[in-house]
Amino acid sequence: MLTVDRYRCGYCGACVGVCPEMALELVETWIEISPECVECGRCTKICPTGALELSDKTEART
Amino acid sequence: MRCDVVVVGAGPAGSMAARHMAEKGLDVVMLEKRQEIGDPVRCAEGVSKTGLRSLTDPDPRWIAAEVRGARLHAPDGTTMVMSEDRSGNEVGYVLERKIFDRGLAMQAALAGARVMVKTRALDLLRRPDGSAGGVKALRFGEVLPIEADLVIGADGVESKVGRWAGIDTSLKPKDIEVCAQFLVYDPAVDDDYCEFFFGNDIAPGGYVWSFPKGRKLANLGLGVLGSRCQPGAPVRLLRQYLERNRPEARVVEMVVGGVPVSGPIERTVADRMMLVGDSARQSDPITGGGILNAMKAGVMAGDVAAVAISDGDLSAAGLMPYEEKWRETIGRQIARHYQLKEFFSRQTDEDLNSLMHSMQSMDMSQMDLRGMLKVLIKLNPKKLWELRNLVV
Ligand SMILES: Cc1cc2nc3c(=O)[nH]c(=O)nc-3n(C[C@H](O)[C@H](O)[C@H](O)COP(=O)(O)OP(=O)(O)OC[C@H]3O[C@@H](n4cnc5c(N)ncnc54)[C@H](O)[C@@H]3O)c2cc1C
Repeated sequence: MLTVDRYRCGYCGACVGVCPEMALELVETWIEISPECVECGRCTKICPTGALELSDKTEART
Repeated sequence: MRCDVVVVGAGPAGSMAARHMAEKGLDVVMLEKRQEIGDPVRCAEGVSKTGLRSLTDPDPRWIAAEVRGARLHAPDGTTMVMSEDRSGNEVGYVLERKIFDRGLAMQAALAGARVMVKTRALDLLRRPDGSAGGVKALRFGEVLPIEADLVIGADGVESKVGRWAGIDTSLKPKDIEVCAQFLVYDPAVDDDYCEFFFGNDIAPGGYVWSFPKGRKLANLGLGVLGSRCQPGAPVRLLRQYLERNRPEARVVEMVVGGVPVSGPIERTVADRMMLVGDSARQSDPITGGGILNAMKAGVMAGDVAAVAISDGDLSAAGLMPYEEKWRETIGRQIARHYQLKEFFSRQTDEDLNSLMHSMQSMDMSQMDLRGMLKVLIKLNPKKLWELRNLVV
């Protein structure tokens, strides 16, 4: 499952730009994650602050 | 609610498009999901002075500082001065984007556009034929349908407007530069020069920048190519850079963000929809600069929208002149610089050092990026063989 640490997040929207499923949305100062998330790991990899995390998985698929 | 054109996003692209269309008498609504336009900033704020002046008459309050040139630093410390203007006619502005973005939005409002903040586009409204009929927005917690003949997506790096209209603008990790930046006070800041530091250790697939904002303040940041990024790397690397190289820097603000470096995408128009600025991935793949291209695209889209509305043809074909216009102008440079980015992001530190050394005997101070590239290719024909077509 994808989770976001909102205390670490810099709400820049980079994750939204790389999400292939449109599963993320930046609303003011937080990121919303929708059920469309396929846990591909693109967003976790590129997050400048490291605020996104995939749990139950040791490695991302892309 | 009804209007001729709804613009999604009040950055430089959206505001320029909105202003242009309003000046031509169109009924324009511009939505911005944030409550404050321009804040938080996601930018290093550097623009060319002549470039900005060709688009608008800059308000002095938008400008934090003027610089005289740029200095490039190879991984081994070799330095080169570029684009230095000895006439005293400074080459660059470092903006105050919070004020700048607001100023551009204000100009759009003064021209007659209705600006709505804290209003987020959720989806397109659809016509029976499936094309855009406006947007469904969430305004201050309430759903607000906004009917329009045309939708302009100016919604930046996180753009969804194009995707709603069937254009996949999602960025691959190798096509986004992810950045962290501190506004620092540091006696070591050179107030007259923008500085660029290269090296695979300090900024893999990107560079470290220092853009002065006057009185020893500077935007000190770095970008990492998404494909070479690890979770949180930009912030971690920037802290490390500061510790090692700028012991006296005091941090007073923090910025994070992503810049598209994908080069031109396949399509930026659909029936009743156009994309401008970062949402159209029009930022420069080598420098990461996107303000001027966003503004230029906004103007071009605004012009085409006015014609298309008066002709009554808002199909993708009717909007095609926008697509053709931007590809012929800013698109050429974006495409060339994409090739450059693909090349430079593969170079080792030794390669970068030797390229910089090759130019040491040359006077580059009057050259821009294009001029420098010409010289580089001339001096290193073998190494830069794949780039030869970039210099005409
Ligand atoms: C760290 C960093 C440094 C940079 N440095 C420079 C530089 O020195 N020089 C330069 O020229 N460029 C620089 N850039 C790039 C530059 O910031 C962008 O290219 C530029 O802001 C693009 O303008 P825009 O209008 O297309 O998008 P933006 O300025 O991003 O504006 C898009 C707007 O749309 C809004 N929006 C998004 N979705 C919705 C929605 N659904 N509903 C309503 N509103 C929405 C957003 O809130 C935002 O305000 C930098 C970028 C970064 C991240």
